[in-house]
Amino acid sequence: MKETPLSICEKQTVIQGVKEGQRVDGRSLSEQRKTCITFGTEWGCCQVLLGNTRVMAQVSCSVQVPKSSRANEGMLFINVEMSTMAAEHFEAGRLGQQGIEVNRLVERCIKDSRCIDLESLCILVEEQAWEVRVDIHILNHEGNLIDAATLAALGALCHFKRPDVTLDGRDVIIHQLDERDPVPLTILHHPLTLSFALFNQGICVLDPTNLEERSADGKLVMGLNAYRELCTLQISGDGVFIHKEAVISCANVAASRAVQMVEMLKKSLADDAAERYSA
Amino acid sequence: MAEKSFSTHVNQIYLPGDSVTLSKTDEISTVKIVLGPGLRKYGKQILVTKSGVLRTKASPATYWIDCHHKRYVPARGDDVIGVVTNKVGESYKVNIGSSEEASLSSIAFPGATKKNKPNIQIGDLVFAKLLIASIDMEPELVCVNSLGENVGLGVLSTSGFLFTVPLHHIRKLLNPECTLLKSLGKALSFEIAVGMNGKIWIKAKSVKQTIALARAISISEHMNKEEMNKLCRKFVDRQAGF
Repeated sequence: MKETPLSICEKQTVIQGVKEGQRVDGRSLSEQRKTCITFGTEWGCCQVLLGNTRVMAQVSCSVQVPKSSRANEGMLFINVEMSTMAAEHFEAGRLGQQGIEVNRLVERCIKDSRCIDLESLCILVEEQAWEVRVDIHILNHEGNLIDAATLAALGALCHFKRPDVTLDGRDVIIHQLDERDPVPLTILHHPLTLSFALFNQGICVLDPTNLEERSADGKLVMGLNAYRELCTLQISGDGVFIHKEAVISCANVAASRAVQMVEMLKKSLADDAAERYSA
Repeated sequence: MAEKSFSTHVNQIYLPGDSVTLSKTDEISTVKIVLGPGLRKYGKQILVTKSGVLRTKASPATYWIDCHHKRYVPARGDDVIGVVTNKVGESYKVNIGSSEEASLSSIAFPGATKKNKPNIQIGDLVFAKLLIASIDMEPELVCVNSLGENVGLGVLSTSGFLFTVPLHHIRKLLNPECTLLKSLGKALSFEIAVGMNGKIWIKAKSVKQTIALARAISISEHMNKEEMNKLCRKFVDRQAGF
């Protein structure tokens, strides 16, 4: 089914409102929607709610032969699935332009920033290594899928534990979860993305809703970690003008938000661990 | 399968597959009963096809199932708001949120003739009535009544704002007992068009007021009468403080 087209009056109201510092859902320009991170019963299952946008990520692992070019490293694979119930224009089994963009940006933010120590996933050089797979499911699309997807993927990776492995000579023994305590992945830093919708008057709006994304002239995606280090930067949109001062100010807003978000993620992880321990 | 009679079981919850039987008095009476959405006559039985609450309305005695819906299924006679997506020959294609786009003839406007047609751009909004809404056919819209007169339908101004709410909220707002829009109107003057397809177009004096009204209407979705009155009072206070 086709996506409901954007009417002229919706676009005009969003642009006029943003000019006056008003957003359609009553937020200020650099305010995020309410974020909620929850974990499933299984290791490596994380669900993120960003306003009404809902994304779930599940991490799984399997033993594979490492790549010959990187014989002493494990592998990280990121896959995005867009459920047809998330939005009327999503098609089953086909990512489309938007899906590919989400997939690529999550990959760039998490894989290319090397936040997972892949060398620790190697079992036997050139023979066996863990392949960690992150499946991201978009469950409801209400704007800003990229931020929700990266947060869910990162949360799931932080929450995930793989089975322990011991070596007996050159024989690999994989211990079941009830046999030995599973091991968490080694996470070196926590990169997140924060998106801004860009309007041609030079206004940047944090965490855009679906309507704002569609009315905007462009998009700025920043990947940052809690040490205020920039991991990813992407500006998209045709013919969008943005001053370098605006990029810097966006980066400052995003950096302080990233610190808060990572803190929130760590707190939810600690709460989940405490709940599991007590149960 | 639950066996429940109509009039005595209004406001009860039903699941698909449940059957509703007529009470003794209903069976004898010659009053015509209309089955609305969610109810279907199957042989001698009346079956429920949606999960929700049984609702009723007097004269003509109508029964239907009320439930949470976001997808609109066209029904003849409904007033809807649609976005014009294309112009094909003498008619426009209008997206009303249904599975297929509706068509709107360019002469189905008050005072329009073959030579004098309304000026409609792609992306404009129209408030129109569904003339044809059949499962197998393309829905057809009109902006006039059967006599070709103006009945308040037509193109909506581009300076307003359009937002979407679930369908049950629309039914609640259009219920004569609902005072939300009237009370909001006492605080601010605004124009509103409410489409049965879940779309609401609203226009106040400024963008700020329009957004405030749209938000007030959206958040009243799960509110009862008292909470709505409370919301209105709060809204009036805040508007006075501007």
